[in-house]
This record gives sequence, structure tokens and C-alpha cells, in this order.
Amino acid sequence: MGPGSRSQRSLGRDDRLISPKAARFAARALPDLPQDADGPVFGEPWEAQAFAMTLALHERGLFKWPEWAAALAAEIKRAQAAGDPDTGETYYHHWLNALERLVAEKGVTDTSTLARYQHAWDHAADRTPHGEPIELSPQDFHDHD
Amino acid sequence: MAHDHHDHDYDHEHGSELSETQIRVRALESILTEKGYVDPAALDLLIETYEKKVGPHNGARVIAKAWSDPDFRRRLLQDATPAIATVGYAGRQGEHIVALENTPQTHHMVVCTLCSCYPWPVLGLPPVWYKSAPYRAKAVIDPRGVLKDFGVELPAETEIRVWDSTAEIRYLVVPQRPAGTEGWSEERLATLVTRDSMIGTGLPKSPGEVA
Repeated sequence: MGPGSRSQRSLGRDDRLISPKAARFAARALPDLPQDADGPVFGEPWEAQAFAMTLALHERGLFKWPEWAAALAAEIKRAQAAGDPDTGETYYHHWLNALERLVAEKGVTDTSTLARYQHAWDHAADRTPHGEPIELSPQDFHDHD
Repeated sequence: MAHDHHDHDYDHEHGSELSETQIRVRALESILTEKGYVDPAALDLLIETYEKKVGPHNGARVIAKAWSDPDFRRRLLQDATPAIATVGYAGRQGEHIVALENTPQTHHMVVCTLCSCYPWPVLGLPPVWYKSAPYRAKAVIDPRGVLKDFGVELPAETEIRVWDSTAEIRYLVVPQRPAGTEGWSEERLATLVTRDSMIGTGLPKSPGEVA
């Protein structure tokens, strides 16, 4: 499979797109990232979501990859000290921890805002009938039952 | 060991569920979106490029097996859930799957509201357009037009049937085996099976495309 031989679906339709090329660059900058020959691989959809958000924040200039790598390494170290088996299964859990911590450190948000939105999403899931898409609405921030 | 049919004790009657991790990811995305740091549409498009890189991708193996093993094909069409489980996946999001077989006479296409139980382990990530209400509506009203948007033109005499996923039933389209694949192994056949071909918005690749 030579370069350019893979027929990518046309992605030029949206200028705001985070480029897959940036993703491959990220994969090289982060050697422990679960990946195959083509780039990152994910166990579950949320992992790809967390990865994509990180890529977007990087492209926005919120951090450089060495800073991200350091934040992630610190998170992994903390987890190992707490007995994480480090099998690779938990990689994206560390990733998410690092992402939450870093955006708070950068002043983008804070832990109480995170908690408020988490509570709201939990509420949104509870009130959404099974089989319908879960979406956040203002009421989710107010109802406390 | 005999398997009984008691439901697991998950309470699905009063709402949906998100895992703690899913909640954290959604919360973070909401905040970053509101603050203008990320654009959900751009995230979706990036994630879609990883369509083939998420999860176990059992669907392609299931289809390849159905193409090459008549007995498995029969079991799959009769009761897909246990048949899929024998290929190695039996998880909650993959439960209650019905297999729909495409033939020269009938083409099946599935639309979905993308609730929390979309069977991604089998089908891979959903296409971005699944989230778009107008597109979903068009799929129901003008499926042939939607297929054309995806570059798929079917013979006029092929009937197109559209299926709406529900909370109870998810669908897996069994596409027609491409010509020129006689004697191929299941593994090789699986490389022809795309996500889009398993939801009916595309056809499997032809042997020439994976050479």
C-alpha cells in the first residue's frame, strides 16, 4: 500500500477540518499512542473523541506536543503509583485525565464547571428515552431529582 | 451449557445510560464547544476518518463468513444475535441485531437516530450524516437519491427498503458478494466489507479496489 494509494473519502468539503495529517504527526510525537501502520487506533468511540478534541486544542495553539506528552506522562506516573497495571487498556483513561487537568491549568475551564456539565449530561441521559439520541438542554443544569 | 433468555438486569425503561467516562468526554466537549475551542462538526469529520480504527470490527468478519459459509449465512439470517456472537462479539451494544440480505431484487438501507446503543462494535463508527435530521428524513423519502449522493446507483428494478433502527432492533445489512471473488478466504473477503455496505449506503469494494 503505497502513499496516496488509499482512496480517502473527500474531506475538502470543510475548511475547519482537523487534518488527518495532523493526527499522524501527533501519533509520531506521542510514541506510546496505540497505533498501527496508518496511525492511531481506538478501542471505543469515546477514545477517538478525546483524541480529536486534543488535536483540535493543539491546532488552536493551546499547547505544543511536548507539553501534552509531559502532562500525559505525569498522569500515567500518578496512575502507576496508584497501582494501574499499565496494560495499554487504560491509556485513554490517562489521556482523558490529562486533558481535563490541562484545560483547567490553562484556565479554559475549572473542575467545578466540569462537574456541573457532567451532572447535566448524566441528567440528560436519564431523561432521554432509550432509543433516542442524548442531547443536552438547559433544563439539565437545573433539575435536581 | 444451555443458555436461557432472561434479560440482563439493566433497566432500560426509564432512560438511557452513559458511562462515567462517556459523560466526562461529552461534558468536556460541550464546554470546549461553548467556549469556541472546538467545532463539533470538525471533530466528527476527523473521527470519521478513523471509522476503520475503532473497535473490534466484527461486522466485516460476519459478512465475509456469511458469504463463504452457507450454514452460517442461514443462521445469521434466522437469528443474527447468536450468530454474530459465535464470530466473537457478544456485547450489549451489539444485541438484538437483525440481518437483512441484499439481493438483485432488494436493497436494504438503515437509518438510525444514533441513540446510545448504536452497534459500533459490529458496524464501526456511524457516518456523520446519521446525526443530521434532514438527511435522515431524505433517506426515508428518497432513498434512491441518498444512495446517489453516496455514489451508488442501483438498477431501476431493484427495490430499496429503508429500515429505521429502534431501541429494540438494530440492523446489519448483508451486502451481495462482489463478483470475481471465487475461492477467496474469509479474511480476504472481509477486506471488501465497508461500514457503508453494512448499513446499505454503499456497496462492498470490488476485488480491484483492494488489490
